[in-house]
Amino acid sequence: MDFNLLRNIISRYCTGEEIWVDSRTVYIGHKEPPPGAEAYIPQRYPDNRIVSSKYTFWNFIPKNLFEQFRRIANFYFLLIFLVQLIIDTPTSPVTSGLPLFFVITVTAIKQGYEDWLRHKADCSINECPVDVVQQGNVARTQSHKLRVGDIVIVREDETFPCDLIFLSSSRDDGTCYVTTTSLDGESSHKTYYAVPDTMAFKTEQEVDSLHATIECEQPQPDLYKFVGRINIYKDKEEPVSRTLGAENLLLRGATLKNTKHIYAVAVYTGMETKMALNYQSKSQKRSAVEKSMNAFLIVYLCILISKALINTVLKYAWQWLPDRDEPWYNHRTENERQRHVVIRAFTDFLAFMVLFNYIIPVSMYVTVEMQKFLGSYFITWDEEMFDEELGQGAQVNTSDLNEELGQVEYVFTDKTGTLTENNMEFIECCVDGNVYIPHAICNGQILSAASSIDMIDSSPGGYRREYEDLFFRALCLCHTVQVKEEETVDGIKRGIHQGRPTSFYISSSPDEVALVEGMKRLGYTYLRLKDNYMEILNKDDEIERFELLHVLNFDSVRRRMSVIVKSISGEYLLFCKGADSSIFPRVVSGKVEQVKAHVEQNAVEGLRTLCVAYRRLSESEYLEACHYLTEAKLALQDREHRLAQAYDVIERDLVLLGATAVEDRLQEKAADTIESLHKAGIKVWVLTGDKMETAAATCYASKLFRRSTQILELTKKRTKEQSLHDVLFELNRTVLRQRSMSGLSVDCLDFGLIIDGATLSAVLKPSQEVSGHGNYREIFLEICRNCSAVLCCRMAPLQKAQIVKLIKSSKEHPITLAIGDGANDVSMILEAHVGIGIMGKEGRQAARNSDYAIPKFKHLKKMLLVHGHYYYIRIAELVQYFFYKNVCFIFPQFLYQFFCGFSQQPLYDTAYLTLYNISFTSLPILLYSLVEQHVTIDALKRDPSLYRDIAKNSLLRWPVFLYWTCLGVFDAVIFFFGAYFLFDNTTFTSNGQMFGNWTFGTLIFTVLVFTVTLKLALDTRHWTWINHFVIWGSLLFYVIFSLLWGGIIWPFLNYQRMYYVFMQMLSSGPAWLSIILLITVSLLPDVIKKVLCRAICPTATERAQVQEKQLPSSMAELTPLSFCQPYKGRSTDSTLLHLGAAETLSLRSSSPLAQKLLTHLAEGGGSDLSSLSPYMLRLSGAGFAYYAPGPETPV
Amino acid sequence: MMASSYNAKEEDGRNSNSSTHGGAAVAKSKKPDNTAFKQQRLPAWQPILTAGNVLPAFFVIGLIFIPIGIGLYVTSNNIREIEIDYTGSESGSPCNDCSTNFTWNTTTPCICTVNFTLNQPFEGNVYMYYGLSNFYQNHRRYVKSRDDSQLNGNIKSLKEPSKECEPYRTDPVTKKPIAPCGAIANSLFNDTLELFHNELNGRTTAVPLAKRGIAWYTDRTVKFRNPVGDNLSEVFKDTEKPMNWMKPVYELDPSDPENNGFINEDFIVWMRTAALPTFRKLYRIIHKNSSSTLTLPSGSYTLKVAYNYPVSSFDGRKRMILSTISWMGGKNPFLGIAYITVGSICFFLGVVLLIIHHKYDSRNNSADIPN
Repeated sequence: MDFNLLRNIISRYCTGEEIWVDSRTVYIGHKEPPPGAEAYIPQRYPDNRIVSSKYTFWNFIPKNLFEQFRRIANFYFLLIFLVQLIIDTPTSPVTSGLPLFFVITVTAIKQGYEDWLRHKADCSINECPVDVVQQGNVARTQSHKLRVGDIVIVREDETFPCDLIFLSSSRDDGTCYVTTTSLDGESSHKTYYAVPDTMAFKTEQEVDSLHATIECEQPQPDLYKFVGRINIYKDKEEPVSRTLGAENLLLRGATLKNTKHIYAVAVYTGMETKMALNYQSKSQKRSAVEKSMNAFLIVYLCILISKALINTVLKYAWQWLPDRDEPWYNHRTENERQRHVVIRAFTDFLAFMVLFNYIIPVSMYVTVEMQKFLGSYFITWDEEMFDEELGQGAQVNTSDLNEELGQVEYVFTDKTGTLTENNMEFIECCVDGNVYIPHAICNGQILSAASSIDMIDSSPGGYRREYEDLFFRALCLCHTVQVKEEETVDGIKRGIHQGRPTSFYISSSPDEVALVEGMKRLGYTYLRLKDNYMEILNKDDEIERFELLHVLNFDSVRRRMSVIVKSISGEYLLFCKGADSSIFPRVVSGKVEQVKAHVEQNAVEGLRTLCVAYRRLSESEYLEACHYLTEAKLALQDREHRLAQAYDVIERDLVLLGATAVEDRLQEKAADTIESLHKAGIKVWVLTGDKMETAAATCYASKLFRRSTQILELTKKRTKEQSLHDVLFELNRTVLRQRSMSGLSVDCLDFGLIIDGATLSAVLKPSQEVSGHGNYREIFLEICRNCSAVLCCRMAPLQKAQIVKLIKSSKEHPITLAIGDGANDVSMILEAHVGIGIMGKEGRQAARNSDYAIPKFKHLKKMLLVHGHYYYIRIAELVQYFFYKNVCFIFPQFLYQFFCGFSQQPLYDTAYLTLYNISFTSLPILLYSLVEQHVTIDALKRDPSLYRDIAKNSLLRWPVFLYWTCLGVFDAVIFFFGAYFLFDNTTFTSNGQMFGNWTFGTLIFTVLVFTVTLKLALDTRHWTWINHFVIWGSLLFYVIFSLLWGGIIWPFLNYQRMYYVFMQMLSSGPAWLSIILLITVSLLPDVIKKVLCRAICPTATERAQVQEKQLPSSMAELTPLSFCQPYKGRSTDSTLLHLGAAETLSLRSSSPLAQKLLTHLAEGGGSDLSSLSPYMLRLSGAGFAYYAPGPETPV
Repeated sequence: MMASSYNAKEEDGRNSNSSTHGGAAVAKSKKPDNTAFKQQRLPAWQPILTAGNVLPAFFVIGLIFIPIGIGLYVTSNNIREIEIDYTGSESGSPCNDCSTNFTWNTTTPCICTVNFTLNQPFEGNVYMYYGLSNFYQNHRRYVKSRDDSQLNGNIKSLKEPSKECEPYRTDPVTKKPIAPCGAIANSLFNDTLELFHNELNGRTTAVPLAKRGIAWYTDRTVKFRNPVGDNLSEVFKDTEKPMNWMKPVYELDPSDPENNGFINEDFIVWMRTAALPTFRKLYRIIHKNSSSTLTLPSGSYTLKVAYNYPVSSFDGRKRMILSTISWMGGKNPFLGIAYITVGSICFFLGVVLLIIHHKYDSRNNSADIPN
């Protein structure tokens, strides 16, 4: 024993690391393995304590401060504050210390409170009682005391306390139902399976008698992946090994349903559970606006430093004469005099930095963050993005990217579930060239009278009959559909299956459900899976039973799935169904040509096709296959790969039976949305795993491709004939020729590109012969750039991300948006600048990983065109305005240094310096940036091309930035020299008394506050009461504050420099006159620029504004239909005539408007109709609401 | 802060997941309220700055500003003002001797006289200023070198002046605190200016100069106060006069006991630091003579200066200014010219805009309709 122990210790310290990396061995019930087993390598597992809190009581203050000062802005202000503390600076440390202290304290309190909540939550979880089996008895313990290897009893509706391997359940078949709502948001019940060897254990004693070890991989965050093996020891025999997969692993956080209790053993605990591992923070995305903001900041930092440098140098040049440095009336103290000149110069430099540091205000960060945080609520509040069916509105997961929504240039969308409903409907099938159509189709609802089969071809002969039987059986058997009782329904499914009281099908793939339901309509009903036997009710109402031997699961690489079943007669059959491209190469016989033609025809119609094939296995072949599979399944490492290999070997020499076609309807308004995006100048790419023809048909239906679109194909079919190189160059030529010609006819022809996965990977493959052909990547990008729409089909999930990355990193660095609903879209959602998840039918994974989640694809239109647009113009104005107002603020101070001997004398009083950014000028811009609407919502929706006006970060480009900065400098010069000439060696009071330097500063400051506030007022286009309130309110506040501040001798101040300064200033007529004059002059250039730009070259936005103005009853009275019901397939009586908020507005006769809209209708025809569809036309006089739905018929 | 709030949101989610497992309940949130604010449909006034709208404003501004400007300009031009530079740095000028022979330790002031002629009579109240150039009263070290609470009559500050006053805080010899402390007080302007009218008959009469009413009323009554005590010399007993001063603060004005100590108006005026290095400060007021209409008739005058204040070391200049005052203060053509200029520019821009409006707006409008 001692020797063993020693060896263990040695191995732990020498090779332990390696072993640790590989896998872990869990002893169920902490029982020592039999002596024959491998050496026991003890591992230390964490206990089951969940720690989500960041801080403890002791480290809160240091750690929180550290966290906060890691932010560069906070650190900068801390530095300034410290400089102010250490050296003698013009402004007191209070001016920067107070705001900094405020920001830090508020943040710390907030974070502290949140952490306290987390502590409380952690505590309640960690102390929650758990039942553990110990020596055959049930013992109650606390959750955090659980150890790896403990056997746990979980009862119905309890949550699993850690990641568990499912041993046995109260149900006879060794299954249990689980919801994982809190993990991935999917509310459906999932079935988990107990380990077959242990599922018979029913009592604690039995469970306790189990002697087994579990080997499994080390914890990893993938929720849907688990690889392990259980070794069960029985009476000194060789241990029995069973493979464990994700279906045996119950995850912490999931809830047990419909099962009385289960026994399970803990394998991952505490922070190693998959749930805890999944909460590691994602990398944060930064928006383009933020990037420009940082660039501007750097510019301003440079300005700040150069200002300080210039002043320092000038100061010393100026002070060269000793009488300037220290005239007799103004001596230094002895201490200062003794300081070395270098140190003095350095302190002077720092003092200038402090004096000018307000050019980068703390409040800008606070305001930007508040704007983003508060602004994001408008998305969640949006009623139009609320989906009644789901009962959910849009979600904001990151408010950091709000403005990025207004900058999107490329939209990458998934097809299934995003563009389409993912609500499958079986349309037809083709067996050996014969087409079968179930004669009643009704939106996924199965009509009872569905027993007949329409045969289009002549009745088949005997052997045909056999194929037909096989085909239907194949479809009934080859799937992973589960049969559910009515009461375990979740909301979505219930909606569809209302007509069926008994049982219905549930599967992760809607296609399968559609197929099985289709089969039902054709007379073959799949009943259930019982004791590994699948039961089918055939056409003659006989129950057929097949033993299910193996399921070769579907995966997106193979794009097919198979089952191996044994019929009653003892035949071994392999049924395989999958995408045509993955089936045809494996087919050896059958009517390949006919089926192929049919499949293609279906695909062109936009139907999703699957091919079905089968293979008869002999006993020996079956055993061989069995052997391959079990070997691969038992492998601990590389299991995926080995399974794929095994599948590859087994699924061959198939006999083609036929094909199916399933329709996936387009989502409502998908076409309208895509058209709007196109008009907005956004390039839409569809990335789908579907086959080319299907995808192309969907693209036509959704108006991604129009009739006039010239389609360029870059597919495997074509590259087979020519080399990839030639094809690429040819396409490039076509595109370029068109572009050179397009000078004559603009937009007459646009291009659509279709590319498939295989070709794409060839294009993206780093080319070996770089010298000869250059980079395919570049040519490809060049082609794409000239195409308005691109369809990528046959994409693997990772390829989707690759494409996004490719475009993202191309030389224009466009802003990309990825939208999808399924797990296969997550990679691209994470990759794109903005990721949008659709709360779809394939679970919530996409929504969880996205930055924004919306219920339907159609909501993307409002999200981008309205919200994105608003957020962008708002934040752009916010950023520019902040820089502008601080230039105005600080530049006079800079100029003043030239007149005060470069002595760092502040121009403004401390209170003004501190409060300028905090209270005098902060609220108007914050509120502006929350409520501004330069164009109304309706105009934005009506005219998507307005989106082009803000494309490419147009409001934050350097020329614009330069304009604002110049305007700021101009204003500052006006303020300063206006006051300078007014003060110049004269008096401007009627009693001959003189004003001092503080009056000078106050005059400039008053002009400053009024000018910057009025400048914002000039920029404001949407004057709600809020704007009036904050703009006039903050001016009033400034006046009142100044009166108060100067009206009292403040006992706590050691100086009274402002006493009566403001009042004295106001008592002078010329001061008033000059304030008015200076404000007028400062605002003049901006007004002129605005007016001239608008008159001479108005932007589309400005035109839209004028247009709105011309329609006397502004569009606000035109109520958009909040919930435009699709007119197809839904009851028309419901909410068609829904009137929104504006219903209460006057029913003023608005004849010009109506006329205008009618002209629109008349001229535009179909396409314009759809763009108008969201509007209610209130026809003059009648007050009658009439709703024109968009023509959205799918092909 | 945003990032932190974002984190918080994220972690809240985690929180609720791990604690209540009520994800579904949270997710099934209610439909958002249909309020005007939440739906961003608040009623609003939506002005547009177009040439057409701005036009009238420009004309109106022009029409208002130009008359104001003319008014201001005329007013400014009607103001009589004369500046007498008595620095004496140039040889031959009357005060040259005093300027060159200046020493700090004289007890008898150097007197010089400057003759000047008023070509036009000054009517109404005439204000007498002294002006200094190149004197940086707005230097930071200088501006802060004062103790406002001492000047407000605080006994504690009188004994213990603020640190800001260094190096004019305590007397280097006697170690007593200086009152009033600081560089500003120390450098109090101490030339004495007197004005004499040389009448045609050869008589020379002194022009009466009023010392009161030159400081802000609020300064004299509230901001500046003497320490409480019956006798000022008693109160200031333990303090030292500023180094450059000849007399202690309580003897600044021997003729008027109410004008002594910190509330001496010359002192208060000096303590209000000027904004720019060239400045003037009100020195005396020559009140309107009730008997005759002319306060200062035209003719020859003599300015008698007790030359105490050295400016040559920093190339400064000293001036005496006599000025009448209008409602808009002293002579300053700037405001008038600026108003006229801005008014004309606005008017001109109005015309330009009118043209543009005609040329472009109609075009735009017609282009808009089929759009």
